[in-house]
Amino acid sequence: MANVICDETMESVAILAKLALSEEEKEQARKDMERMLDYIDKLNELDTTDVEPMSHVFPVSNCFREDIVSNGDGSASLMANAPEKRENQLVVPKTI
Amino acid sequence: MSRQYETVIGLEVHVELATKTKIFCGCSTSFGGAPNTHTCPVCTGMPGSLPVLNRQVVEYAMAVGIAANCEITRCLKFDRKNYFYPDNPQNYQISQLYLPICRNGYVEIETPEGIKQVRIHEIHMEEDAGKLVHDDWSDTSLVDYNRSGVPLIEIVSEPDMRSAQEVIAYLEKLRLLIQYLGASDCKLQEGSMRADVNLSVREAGAEAYGTRTEMKNLNSFRAITRAIEGESARQIELLESGRSVVQETRKWDDGKEMSYAMRSKEDAQDYRYFPDPDLVPVIISEAWIEKVRASQPEFRTEKMERYKKEYGIPDYDIGILTQSKHMADLFEETVAICPLPKKVSNWLMVETMRLLKEKNMDAQDIRYSAGNLAKLIQMVEDKEINGTIAKEVFEVMFEQDTDPEIYVEEHGLKTVTDENALNRAVEDVIAANPQTVEEYRNGKEKVLGFLVGQTMKVMKGQADPALVNRLLKEKLS
Repeated sequence: MANVICDETMESVAILAKLALSEEEKEQARKDMERMLDYIDKLNELDTTDVEPMSHVFPVSNCFREDIVSNGDGSASLMANAPEKRENQLVVPKTI
Repeated sequence: MSRQYETVIGLEVHVELATKTKIFCGCSTSFGGAPNTHTCPVCTGMPGSLPVLNRQVVEYAMAVGIAANCEITRCLKFDRKNYFYPDNPQNYQISQLYLPICRNGYVEIETPEGIKQVRIHEIHMEEDAGKLVHDDWSDTSLVDYNRSGVPLIEIVSEPDMRSAQEVIAYLEKLRLLIQYLGASDCKLQEGSMRADVNLSVREAGAEAYGTRTEMKNLNSFRAITRAIEGESARQIELLESGRSVVQETRKWDDGKEMSYAMRSKEDAQDYRYFPDPDLVPVIISEAWIEKVRASQPEFRTEKMERYKKEYGIPDYDIGILTQSKHMADLFEETVAICPLPKKVSNWLMVETMRLLKEKNMDAQDIRYSAGNLAKLIQMVEDKEINGTIAKEVFEVMFEQDTDPEIYVEEHGLKTVTDENALNRAVEDVIAANPQTVEEYRNGKEKVLGFLVGQTMKVMKGQADPALVNRLLKEKLS
């Protein structure tokens, strides 16, 4: 275990992920994340000088849709998932 | 003597593209649907759904980039911008950070000092968010995802503008280019064009830029002008009193005509961008760029020159007609049927513009057809109706694209050409106004206008005023 994640980083990651972690959960997450970083370090040991950066695994490009309406009203299944609804809209805590 | 300051402004302009479907799914983008009726698993962020890029979005973005003299990126990708907000169901917005579709362009604007270039840093494609309606009564917000996934382009300028006037000129220029391309209707009020203003001030002659603020929620040219003037004054005041400008995002309140801080740099979001693994790269070939370039329309400047040569109408008319592509098209189509360019131009510039203003509409909302306008003009030319009746008919036509021939027929508005009827009316008016007739005969010629008016009234407006004029003169001499 080479990587150590400080409390501050844990705090900020939790805020970004909108997670309220208990002390126990925080320690577990810290361990997981440290291991992930170690793994990244391991990958970084490979010499990639002549390898082009890649964002996709498959050599596929230009997958397009034509601009034709193909969907109807999908609101029934959307609303079925909504914990609270009004006038076919999802109700959430007031957000400005 | 106080110091002189210079305002430095750069713009981020969001434009909603005029595609029929959303950027990554086949849901309709049309306005006015009941809440959430234009949604599917893709645009509501359901796990396992797969976005597929709308080809037309790429073409519109390229077309705008080419019109704005940009370089087109040959290999581009989409990235995820991560944040939590109820209007963003995926918890990330698909955008372009690393390889935007267009870069390094410029547009030219007219300023009192002459033509000026405003450089464009980049144009990227992204998706719009849903709409939140706040309910103060229950302290909740309602979410409608119909706009979620509607395609946008964001046009980012360099900080090249120095005044509100230059900003408006730049926005007008973009609006015209994009409208002429048919890539968007660019309506600020309706949100299909939105501008965020980045503004800083510095002492005149200084090299370095001052600390900037970003202003959001500006949805009219008037709000933009007020916000720029207000923010510039606020920053100068801070500097003059020895304080410094804080880098922050400010929200413009149109009602109060002031801005207030939303968030500062310290709590700036960390968006953790990364390439979207669901969307494959887009490779743009030279042939594709050329195809889009070849289909670019005639833009305003070229159109203005052609109108001058082809139609011989005044520059003033040309300026107004070409301010909207829809109006220019309507002009050309009408002239093609009824070759009286100045007459057509008058109906567009005067009556049409008056009604648009009265009804708070845009030129692109004009509903009547070229065919009907041509008919109306021809009827006036053939003296079937007079000018006053024509204006009445036009108002109806403006509302419902009514066929003027049918309307005039049905409402019996045709000019009465029966000379006997006219003669009778003229004689009645002469008999009923002995005093005026007396005045006329004593050399007060301008009272003739009153008698013409009285005759027109008797004829319910359906007479040729020139003919009435002549008949009156004959009978009174």
